[in-house]
Amino acid sequence: MELIGLINYWIVIVLMMTGFYIVIAHDNLVKKIVGLNIFQVSVFVFYITMAKVKGGTAPILAEGITTYSNPLPHVLILTAIVVGVATTALGLALVVRIRDAYGTIEDDDFENQDGEP
Amino acid sequence: MGFMAVIGFAVARLRNLFAVVMLTGLFSLTAAVLYVILDAVDVAFTEAAVGAGISTVLMLGTLALTSSEERVEKSGGSKWALVLVVVTGCVLVYGTLDMPPFGDPTAAIHHHVAPYYLEKSGQEIGLPNVVTSVLASYRGYDTLGEVFVIFTAAIGVLLIIGRPQFGRRRSHRMLVGELHESMRTNVILRVGSKLLIPVILLFALYVQWHGDFGPGGGFQAGVIFASGFILYALIFDIDTARTMIPARTTRLFLVFGVLLYTGVGVAGLFLGGNFLDYSVLAANPVSGQHLGILLVEFGVGLTVAAAMISIFFTFAHQEH
Repeated sequence: MELIGLINYWIVIVLMMTGFYIVIAHDNLVKKIVGLNIFQVSVFVFYITMAKVKGGTAPILAEGITTYSNPLPHVLILTAIVVGVATTALGLALVVRIRDAYGTIEDDDFENQDGEP
Repeated sequence: MGFMAVIGFAVARLRNLFAVVMLTGLFSLTAAVLYVILDAVDVAFTEAAVGAGISTVLMLGTLALTSSEERVEKSGGSKWALVLVVVTGCVLVYGTLDMPPFGDPTAAIHHHVAPYYLEKSGQEIGLPNVVTSVLASYRGYDTLGEVFVIFTAAIGVLLIIGRPQFGRRRSHRMLVGELHESMRTNVILRVGSKLLIPVILLFALYVQWHGDFGPGGGFQAGVIFASGFILYALIFDIDTARTMIPARTTRLFLVFGVLLYTGVGVAGLFLGGNFLDYSVLAANPVSGQHLGILLVEFGVGLTVAAAMISIFFTFAHQEH
C-alpha cells in the first residue's frame, strides 16, 4: 500500500533519466537541448508533486476552505519555467552561432574540425 | 503521467527533429494538465503559455536555421550511456523509498514556512492568491534575481546572434520565410488571427492586473503578451511587426521592467523600510503591500514580454 504513494516519484525518475540519456547519448545539439528540457520538466513535476496535499485545493484563499496545497513550490517552479525558456533561448542561440561557424550541429563533427589545422 | 513517459521515450527514439519539437510541445501541454490536477494553477498557466507556445516557436526557428534531420550515429557509446542511466535511476528509486507518500499532509515540506504563508498572508498582505503574495512579497529577492536571469539571457541572445554582419553565410531557410506565401494568402489564418490578437493582448492585461486575486501574474502575462506579437509576426510579416514594436522599444522596456522592480525596492529603503519591504509605501501597511506587488508584477511583466519579443525577433531576423 505504501509503495503506491511513491509511483509519482518513480515516473519523475523515469522522465529524468530519459532526459539524461538524450543529453549524454545524442550528438545533435538541438536534441541535447530537448533532453535538457525534459529533465527540467521532470524536476518541475517532482516539486509540484511534493506540494500536493490530499484533499487540498489550489492556494487561493476563499471562504469555507481549510486545506490548501503548499504554495511555496508553486512559486519556485512558476519562476523556474520562465527562466527555463530564457536559458533555452540562450542555448538555441549558441546552436545557431555554432552552425554558422562550423556548418554542422553534430557534436563530434565540429570537434573533428577543431582538430584540423 | 504515463502518457508523459511515453512521449519522453518517443522523443528519445525519433530522428526527425521537427517531430521531436512538436512532441515537446505536446509534452509541455500534458505537464500543464498534470499541474492543474495537482492544484498548481499558476504553474499550469505558465507551462501552457511557455512550453506549448514560445519555446516550440523558438525551437522551430532554430531548426529552420540549421537542419531538421538528426544524423544516425553508430551506437558505440550509447550502450554505456544506457547502463549509466539505468544505474542512476535505480539509485534514485532507492532514495525515494524514504520519501513521504503522495499527498501526505504530515510531510516535512508542509511544516516549515508554508503554514505561515497560508495563515498570515491573508491579514498581512490581503490578497487571496497566496502564490502571488509569496512570489512578489515574501520571496521578493528570489523573484528579483530570476527577473535578472531573464534579462541577462535576453542580452546574451542579442549579443550572440543579434548582429547579422557577424556570420559568414546565413541560411535562407527561415521558417517564417518558408511559410510566407501560403500564410499570406490564407484568408482563414489572416482573419482568424486578426480576431484573436486583440483578445490575446486584452487577456494578457487581465492576467497581469488580476493576478492578485486569481491565477496569473507578471510572468504569465508577459509571455501571453509576447505570444500575441509573435503570432502577428508569424502570420503577416516580420518587418511590419518590427515597425509596430521596434527593437529600441523592446530593449527600453526590457531595462525599464528591471529598473521598476529594483526601484520599488529602493523606494522602500528611502521610506525607512528594508529593501523590497512594501509596507512603508503607503500609510496603511496592507495597501502598501498591494501597491508594491502591483508595481513589481508590472515590472516583471514588462521585462518578460520584452525579453520574449526581442529573443523571437532576433531568431526570426537571421534570414536577412
